[in-house]
Amino acid sequence: MLTTTFTRTLLLGAAALCTMAGSAIAAESLNIYTTREPGLIKPVLDEFTKETGIKVNTIFISNGLEERIRTEGENSPADLILTVDIGRLQAAKDYGVTQPVKSEALEKVIPAAYRDPEGHWFGMALRARVVYASKDRVKQDKFTYEELADPKWKGKICSRSGQALYNISLFAAAIAHMGEDKAEQWLKGVKANLARKPSGGDREQAKDILAGVCDIGIGNTYYVSLMRNGSDEEQKKWGEAINVILPTFEGGGTHVNVSGLALAKYAPHKANAVKFMEYMVSDESQRIHAEANSEYPIKAGIAIHPTIASFGELKADNVPIAEIAKLRKKASEMVDKVGFDQ
Amino acid sequence: MKATAESRLLFRPASWRAVKRIPWWLSVAVAAVGLLVLMPIAALVGIAAQGDAEIWPHLIRNVLPSSVVDTLALLAGIALVAGSMGIASAWLVTAHRFPGRNILVWLLPLPLAVPTYITAYIYVELFDSAGLVQMALRDVMGWKSRTEYWFPEVRSLYGCIIVMSAVLYPYVYIAARAMFLTQSASMLEVARVLGASRLKLFRVIALPLARPALAVGLSLALLEALNDIGASEYLGVRTLTVSVYNTWLNRGSLPGAAQIACVMLAIVVGLILIERYGRRDRRYATSAKRSRVVHPAPLSGGRAWLASVLCAIPVFLGFALPLAFLVREVLRGSLVSQFDEEFLEHLLTTIGLSVTATLAVLALATLLVSAARISKSSLTTSTLFVAGLGYTVPGTVLALGLMTPLVKIDGLIGMAWRSFTGERLGLLLMGTAGGIIIAYVLRFLSIATGSLSAGLDRVSPSLEDAARTLGSSRREMVWRIQVPLMRPALASAALLIFVDCIKELPATLLLRPLNTETLATQVYTYASRGRFEDGSLAALVIVLIGLLPVIQLVRSAEARPKPPETSGS
Repeated sequence: MLTTTFTRTLLLGAAALCTMAGSAIAAESLNIYTTREPGLIKPVLDEFTKETGIKVNTIFISNGLEERIRTEGENSPADLILTVDIGRLQAAKDYGVTQPVKSEALEKVIPAAYRDPEGHWFGMALRARVVYASKDRVKQDKFTYEELADPKWKGKICSRSGQALYNISLFAAAIAHMGEDKAEQWLKGVKANLARKPSGGDREQAKDILAGVCDIGIGNTYYVSLMRNGSDEEQKKWGEAINVILPTFEGGGTHVNVSGLALAKYAPHKANAVKFMEYMVSDESQRIHAEANSEYPIKAGIAIHPTIASFGELKADNVPIAEIAKLRKKASEMVDKVGFDQ
Repeated sequence: MKATAESRLLFRPASWRAVKRIPWWLSVAVAAVGLLVLMPIAALVGIAAQGDAEIWPHLIRNVLPSSVVDTLALLAGIALVAGSMGIASAWLVTAHRFPGRNILVWLLPLPLAVPTYITAYIYVELFDSAGLVQMALRDVMGWKSRTEYWFPEVRSLYGCIIVMSAVLYPYVYIAARAMFLTQSASMLEVARVLGASRLKLFRVIALPLARPALAVGLSLALLEALNDIGASEYLGVRTLTVSVYNTWLNRGSLPGAAQIACVMLAIVVGLILIERYGRRDRRYATSAKRSRVVHPAPLSGGRAWLASVLCAIPVFLGFALPLAFLVREVLRGSLVSQFDEEFLEHLLTTIGLSVTATLAVLALATLLVSAARISKSSLTTSTLFVAGLGYTVPGTVLALGLMTPLVKIDGLIGMAWRSFTGERLGLLLMGTAGGIIIAYVLRFLSIATGSLSAGLDRVSPSLEDAARTLGSSRREMVWRIQVPLMRPALASAALLIFVDCIKELPATLLLRPLNTETLATQVYTYASRGRFEDGSLAALVIVLIGLLPVIQLVRSAEARPKPPETSGS
């Protein structure tokens, strides 16, 4: 009896596995591992499938994506890694799960500052990390990142966790500009200005400004557009409660990050993957992407989403993001050291 | 040792149980299951041992002290709040009669059906500074800013303690209620006759009696709390689990993360020891006869209403409020938009994964328990013990440890496949639902072995002996005596495991293959996008499915001889 139940279960399981395995290795397909919420990238994926007939399979993994591909090794079904933040792209390269791509189409469109010198990753769109300021309570329209540590903002700043990907990159940029010691002093100052313990996502910072918890929040540009133009009435209120100020580093520009793509080392559908990468910098997909995601298009000459354009002209920082990537580990340790999240 | 050897010689039963050896294939199977459970833990220790000397001083100086303190504070807070909620309500409904008591007996365990992460999302939507409650307050009172009034912060350690306690107290409640029901009748009557006050009854009888139940229930609740990263991360509490993530992701240090995970395992072992301690007393406690049942004394006037309110609070916080919120969100128009093809697909995936895993768990557990029934060898007992470990390892840690060995196995299978067919197979386990199913099996195996062992223990050996004497084969005996008698235990274990699989989040997140979403990951995805309301239908379905085993549990727990309805004092 034991044996029969056991075998039956095994058979059932095996049958389930085979059907699922079958669908994952269909001929004309492309497997994307992504840290982006599927809803955000779906319009572009659908358009790609419509144009090429290549079926796109996705898996959304918010944490541990690179680790998983590394562990899967040679047999990994991953073709492409689609992720946000230079930290993730660089991590993928450092983990050894990517391979270089040589493509004129990509190199022509993407400025050198936003792709890996060796071709392991390519930025597809830009976002800036900016200041959300209360419409009612903040009167200035200029800001430097250094000013976030100014005691006049004591008890007035909201932030998500210092260990959040986007903050780590911003703090790494601060290290690049100020040097390690000064950056640490600066981060201590920012911490001293916090209105509450860091928590939530970027949207929550806007929400708390509306609620009067704080006057200033740190967040990414596209969230503001998503809040203001979304279907949710409450989020509209959060988005409307704030002005967006593009801050700069003293002697630098606004901290900009990328969302981008990397080709997986053992990509089973390499040709399709490269086709997708090139498709991503086509006029059409850049337009869809800017429209649906409200990121700054990486390709020159593509219209910026009107909400984003209303923030003013972006003067991107001059530190290459590959440099920033190298400083991320230091930044992460710095967050622990000053007890930013405590 | 000597004594047992002698007793074996003296009382050698002439039944099949004298066979101390199990067939070789069964030994192999049992050993294989044991190794399977040990696999991720061993892999994790292996990764931790690879060392990352560079990161350790930083962790010790800047990370571990605060996250250990936060974790312990969280656990201590939950122990206090969930413990007192569970004990007090269990005592009140057992020892007293008051308005609503008969309904509350049914409602008190229900929060078990609501996953902690879902409750956390809901509490933030409701009580955060821009949540429904504070917005309404500001509208009514004319306040402009959050600085004009005081309101407790949801996204804080205290908030996290309340949120988790509200859904985890039933673990304590259920254990305590069972204890009070079976234990206190005679003691209560004697104490009442001797004129003890109500408060004294609680202090002198209820609390000491509850101690073992408290240990058992609490350790379960605390294990759940430790496992649940969804809630603590969302509420901004930097526990060890969160540190595992940060070390791993921001510093690319898997060994460092594995080392922190080992610190967590140490805490888990502490919790298990507490549970062991509790269970030791429990065995003694349940040996009492069940014939006498507590006779609840009626409360009158204000006291009665106070009791009603006290018992209603946990039900309100842990069940009524979250359910009402979910129903509101679903009815607010999202029902139509959310109930689409995609939702159905996720629902089917969830059910398919959970059913397969449940069947696999039951098959393996039956194998283990039957083998242990035949022979109490060191192999079977140690495998049963090892099988219990899976549940104690937090899902994230389990998934982390599982990835490497799964891929190794996949590599071997792939190599064999290629040598036979010349084709590339890909990942059989990690690339399919196989990985998740194995994770579920390892995590929930102990629920089944525990409940089946208990079920089998109730089967008198003499029944089996009789069957053997009457000439049935061993196989027939298993099939015609053991299995039918174990059926209720099998059924309730199946239901519990099924629901646990449906709720499981951390391992599913990390191990699911391409194009695969479950209801839980869907809820998580929406919540991490700041659009929890879009996942409300999925959340509601998880809760409703979760109600099934809880209701069944209450039904079997309350199906005891009813005390006479006449007033006793």
